[in-house]
Amino acid sequence: MDGPLNLVLFSGTDDKLQAAAVLTAGAAALGKPVNVFLQYWALDAFKRERIERDHGLAPEAGAEGRRHVDALRSAGQVSWAETFRQAKDLGTVDIEACSLSMDLLGVEQSDLDPLVDGVEGVTAFYLNAGEGQVVFI
Amino acid sequence: MNVLEIAAKVDARGLSCPMPIVRTAQTIRSLESGAIVEVLATDPGSLKDFKAWCRSTGNELLEQTTDGPVHRFVIRRK
Repeated sequence: MDGPLNLVLFSGTDDKLQAAAVLTAGAAALGKPVNVFLQYWALDAFKRERIERDHGLAPEAGAEGRRHVDALRSAGQVSWAETFRQAKDLGTVDIEACSLSMDLLGVEQSDLDPLVDGVEGVTAFYLNAGEGQVVFI
Repeated sequence: MNVLEIAAKVDARGLSCPMPIVRTAQTIRSLESGAIVEVLATDPGSLKDFKAWCRSTGNELLEQTTDGPVHRFVIRRK
């Protein structure tokens, strides 16, 4: 499994972003480069003034899922944003905003959290993905 | 039995995956080659994770013990 890990983040709920952050940090700890491409609601969640807020959970979580997630958080689980920060500190993690989604949401790069390294289109994403697998979340 | 000299300790008890590995990776890079780090973790995934991480990174897993919910790993930096 050579090449970078390439994550396309579409969903903007905390559970899916947490899962993506865990995959990113795990790869970073192994020295595997990670490219993250932010689309739609995932990009919205990376807005500077929204990133530390509650972004809800996927519909399948339900009330019971909410309780489990809250319990883990109360037990001191690190937020997904902080997990991405630590992953970037540890390894080679490039987080790019999808330019189409930027247009869709009407945001500029200055509206995004500093975790986001830049803006690119899907062609650049595929070019950087190389031979690595692409995961859509 | 020779006693290993622990250069750094990582207390990752209570932290969920992947933080025990992340903290260990952050700590071990500040150590010199051959230095030894001791890690405590309660994440049940850490048993397989530390084995895999050491195999992949070339760091050496010297000891692995479990006391109740707490797993202890002793790792020598590559």
